Amino acid sequence: MFKYIVKRILISIIIIFGVTFITYALFRMMPDNYVYSKFAAQSATNPNWQEQAARVEHLYGLDLNVFVGYFKWLGNAIKGDFGNSFIDGAVVTDKIKQSLPVSFIMSLIVSILQIAIAIPLGIKAAVNQYGPTDYITTVFTMLGISLPSFFFSGIIIKVFAVDLKWFDASLGLQSGNFQGNGWQLFWNQAWHLVLPIFVETVLSLGGLMRYTRTNMLEVLSADYIRTAKAKGVKKRNIVYKHAFKNTAIPLITMFSGILASLFCGSMIIEQIFGIQGIGFQSYTATTQGDIPFVMAYNTFIAVLTVLGIFLSDILYAIVDPRVKLGN
Amino acid sequence: MKEKKKGYISYAESRQIIKYNKQQIRYYEKLKKRKHIPESEYVVQMRDENNIVEFDDLHTFFFTDTGTVKAVDGVSFDIPAHSTVGIVGESGCGKSVTSLSLLRLVQAPQGQIVSGAIRYRMKDGSCYDISKVPQEMMERISGKEISMIFQEPMTSLNPVFTIGYQLDEVSLLHIEGATKETARQKSIEMLELVGIANAEGVYKSYPHELSGGMRQRVMIAMALCCQPNLIIADEPTTALDVTIQAQILDLLRGLKEKFDSSIMLITHDLGVIAEMADFVVVMYAGKVIEAGNVFEIFDHPSHPYTIGLLRSKPVINKKVDELYCIKGRVPSAVDLPDYCYFKDRCDRCTAACGGKYPEFVWLSPTHKVACHLYDGVKEEN
Repeated sequence: MFKYIVKRILISIIIIFGVTFITYALFRMMPDNYVYSKFAAQSATNPNWQEQAARVEHLYGLDLNVFVGYFKWLGNAIKGDFGNSFIDGAVVTDKIKQSLPVSFIMSLIVSILQIAIAIPLGIKAAVNQYGPTDYITTVFTMLGISLPSFFFSGIIIKVFAVDLKWFDASLGLQSGNFQGNGWQLFWNQAWHLVLPIFVETVLSLGGLMRYTRTNMLEVLSADYIRTAKAKGVKKRNIVYKHAFKNTAIPLITMFSGILASLFCGSMIIEQIFGIQGIGFQSYTATTQGDIPFVMAYNTFIAVLTVLGIFLSDILYAIVDPRVKLGN
Repeated sequence: MKEKKKGYISYAESRQIIKYNKQQIRYYEKLKKRKHIPESEYVVQMRDENNIVEFDDLHTFFFTDTGTVKAVDGVSFDIPAHSTVGIVGESGCGKSVTSLSLLRLVQAPQGQIVSGAIRYRMKDGSCYDISKVPQEMMERISGKEISMIFQEPMTSLNPVFTIGYQLDEVSLLHIEGATKETARQKSIEMLELVGIANAEGVYKSYPHELSGGMRQRVMIAMALCCQPNLIIADEPTTALDVTIQAQILDLLRGLKEKFDSSIMLITHDLGVIAEMADFVVVMYAGKVIEAGNVFEIFDHPSHPYTIGLLRSKPVINKKVDELYCIKGRVPSAVDLPDYCYFKDRCDRCTAACGGKYPEFVWLSPTHKVACHLYDGVKEEN
């Protein structure tokens, strides 16, 4: 077991190394960079902008060879220094710390709702295969999967915020002219989070629900379920005890991605609802070529993803007695 | 008019089948799912008090997309108390579906018991029609009164629970006043009874840690936990090697004597039947074609199919160039002909065979056969 964990950690380090290098290389290979585009914008008024741009690029380390640049970044990153954002000069790690909480809370609520709704629905649908419950849940969850998030968000904003006025149509985490603190502030912010959380939950239900349904159906037709029936086990217990534990095994794979998704925010939905979470920040950083922020963000997510997969492998060994780690 | 291709169904036919199936399935499911099923529907009288189970004109159909599969089509036979009844026939002749019907394990919603009765006499003497009892009552019968040993020991145990848990469950479900501790004792006692040396160790292990033979022993222990009236053994030795087969059969026979149960033994191995059974039922394409006690069937096989089956069994000390086999295969159960189903493979066909399906002819008080060759015998008796 110990040997296995050490091996996995070493492999993880290599993976993270690769991910960060590829991300860095891709960003550097883009035809445009942050500094150049800033200076090019002033080309009409500033005759020697190219010369100045070159100087600033040198300052930002953008004139270095990709490999040299990467290792320079890596050297600093290992020491915990992810640099300053190109856009506003703020320390990147501080920026992430500031924007993380709101995204985390949103994702946490979405994940809890997703699990609490999708898994029972999937089981219900499987138990009543081809029944009305099955068809209704399938149609609604498929609708959720197929709707593009920006479109669905648009409809939701139009209906609930603009027409019905149940929510504040102005974007952002709190009302524009809001004054207050303590509980008032909390409620105001919570109110603004309802719609984005709703949209995200609806969009994420389908996958998990269908996955649960498929697995449950497969398990329910297994021989050992027939054995359980022949023993006289009650139908409820067959489904929720004998079958569910077997269904839970493949579901763990699904959950390996959840750890990362809790922290990575949602680029599109945060953008649409104007919530300055980590997804919003990384969207801005990506479109503007803010390399330090993008690198820090991607490293963070890569570490979490690797950790999530590692944890799910350990969970496998706990849930499924047939899995033994290390051999 | 397009020529109808054999083996294909047109879109219109397919639509029609699906519509028909939906209607049938809804009807039978509704019948089963009623909140309250009146007692008069399922409390019955046995025809003969010595019998423990009486199959009476049982029909179990599968409503599939290619048509209605008549897996069990009018099967009638009895299982007398304290006896072993062997059911033989080649694959797909409805042996397993007959046994699954007895525990109501036919894969619903496609598979439904359409008509007929399965009368069962409980330990306390009351009789029920298994095909009509409510689900809660079925949960009390299966595992306690009737239990089943399945064909595939490798997949019949739940892989994520320990052997102990799965064994305890039976005691906890069916034995009144059972606690975790008594269930555990019972389970270990049962494991020892089926010849598992390291009962404590096996109790704690998971199914994947045991061999096929061990798992089948565990299945037997599980089936016998509540000393059932009837044990259904659905090809219990098919997946095991020959030495283990003999051990398992010995074990079954010994335990049957010990608990005074009956066994319904399903197999296609005539050797197993000869060794174990008191009565033999030969099935073909969803129907019983011959039934009698073991001596009658082995000494005076009457139906050409039974004769063929017995001839296709290798015999020790007899030198043959080629083992006999019955030519052809079982007809598809979707659209069966209205004449004798065995006619196309039979080597003793007569003119009468083209007529309607033969009725049973009683050759002796216990021996019956469905074949036109014995039409004359009926008139004599």
